[in-house]
Amino acid sequence: MNMETTTQAIRPEAAASDPASAETVIKARNLDLTFQTNDGPVHALKDVSLEVHKGEFVSFIGPSGCGKTTFLRCIAALETPTGGSLSVNGMTPDEARRNRAYGYVFQAAGLYPWRTISKNIKLPLEIMGYSKAEQEKRVSQVLELVELSGFGGKFPWQLSGGMQQRASIARALAFDADILLMDEPFGALDEIVRDHLNEQLLKLWARTNKTIGFVTHSIPEAVYLSTKIVVMSPRPGRIHDVIDSTLPKERPLDIRDSPEFIEIAHRVREGLRAGHGDD
Amino acid sequence: MKSLVAVLTVLAAIIAFWYAACVPMNIKGVLDAAERAGVEVTPATAKERRDRSEFGLVAKNSFAINDTWVQERPRLPAPHQVAVELWETTVEKKVTSKRSLIYHAQVTLSATLLGFAIGTGLGILLAVGIVHSRVMDMSVMPWAIVSQTIPIIALAPMIIVVLYSIGVQGIIPKAVISAYLSFFPVVVGMVKGLRAPDAMQLDLLKTYNANTNQGFWKLRLPSSMPYLFASLKIGIAASLVGAIVGELPTGAVAGLGARLLAGSYYGQTVQIWSALFAAAILAAALVALLGLMEKLVLKRMGVQA
Repeated sequence: MNMETTTQAIRPEAAASDPASAETVIKARNLDLTFQTNDGPVHALKDVSLEVHKGEFVSFIGPSGCGKTTFLRCIAALETPTGGSLSVNGMTPDEARRNRAYGYVFQAAGLYPWRTISKNIKLPLEIMGYSKAEQEKRVSQVLELVELSGFGGKFPWQLSGGMQQRASIARALAFDADILLMDEPFGALDEIVRDHLNEQLLKLWARTNKTIGFVTHSIPEAVYLSTKIVVMSPRPGRIHDVIDSTLPKERPLDIRDSPEFIEIAHRVREGLRAGHGDD
Repeated sequence: MKSLVAVLTVLAAIIAFWYAACVPMNIKGVLDAAERAGVEVTPATAKERRDRSEFGLVAKNSFAINDTWVQERPRLPAPHQVAVELWETTVEKKVTSKRSLIYHAQVTLSATLLGFAIGTGLGILLAVGIVHSRVMDMSVMPWAIVSQTIPIIALAPMIIVVLYSIGVQGIIPKAVISAYLSFFPVVVGMVKGLRAPDAMQLDLLKTYNANTNQGFWKLRLPSSMPYLFASLKIGIAASLVGAIVGELPTGAVAGLGARLLAGSYYGQTVQIWSALFAAAILAAALVALLGLMEKLVLKRMGVQA
């Protein structure tokens, strides 16, 4: 197919056999990833199989070293698996990356300090060759989506941490990829800001109908946001449990006090504890 | 206001120390002259005074202290002597005069600026190559470092002779020496600056499927600006030193270096010191100018004031 031998191992499977009603967006089968380090090989992912359907909100939760970020980076083709197969939109992750299939939000906002918020959001659009008029249109669209209209002319240092992270989400949304990958995007923010952003993120998800992959350390965050919670455990990084959430799509913040929510949170906590008990 | 007082205090202390240093430095010369003029000094003859300590001589001949600050060819000229010489050779002389320091400074300045431009351009080009190519990193960087370990005073005559033998003379050899000194800080600073973006920033560009060119213009180059300006300030000062050193071995007739050399041939210490000060003032002005440019550029880039 091409000269990159590494992609051979992760050739997409035929997605046609999928019985689920919704289209499969991300499909991992027996995924393995071993890092070669100076201290010997590190087994970051072992035998990870998962299917994510269109429009799902999937959270990856687990202790440090469980491979949740690594798995997300594999989907984004920022890491290359050493075994198994992985497809994104029916393509290899690298093809999907080159087709700009996903927007990625890192833990730090990573806005360019020398660009205004608008210009930061334009960065991917400039790189992808959108016209000036189209850039303006999309910037105002996504600024509105993350409730930052009117802040386009500000420089990052003039915004709070939460606002900066919202701007970085806007940047990831600007080119309208179907998939949004978020690596602990609210990890560095305080609880109150985090609650607010979680609420906003759910609204945004409902409006855009994107498929979201979300890495987190926080059980309430994972349960509140997700339609599917993937509990992972470390050494080697693997999937311990996959919980399909029974919560309705409409979720006010106080749903977190409902018995249903507490039950799911309990199951996640049990999963994390069991995963930890192995070592 | 408070800092102004502090600055002036330091300045006053330096000047006071300078005046104080003039006394022991010049006392023997003053006493020799006084002896020739028939004034009674202790001890009476130059031979006896030769091995005495300067401080002892000052103590025994306190009448001569005032004269240590007004000698015509002192070992160490007093601050006001240098100031007067600076005034006379800048303001009171026509700019075209061979005795005008402005004339000499402008000769050195043109070589400095040309060398600085060459050095900066070369430095940036090398840095871009080093950052983008591992081969260049391994093959160029060691030589850049080695080049700076050779004393420029040893290398300058060779550069001038070699260039002269192929018919290049005038401003170019001096500019080459300037460039030789100024490219290095630019290379080091720019390499550091172009590598400043962290892994996350580079990953972000990768998720956009950005190519190397876009990464350079949109991320690496803007990230390197603060580093570049820090390097340029060192580079311009080094350029000036290079141009002056380039004037020393050629028997050049114009330039601050030539002025230094002529002063030392004829024991004109006041002339040497005023040339030194002219060089220092010039360097300070150039660095200040770059600082101003840095402020403007970084402000346009939205850096927090």
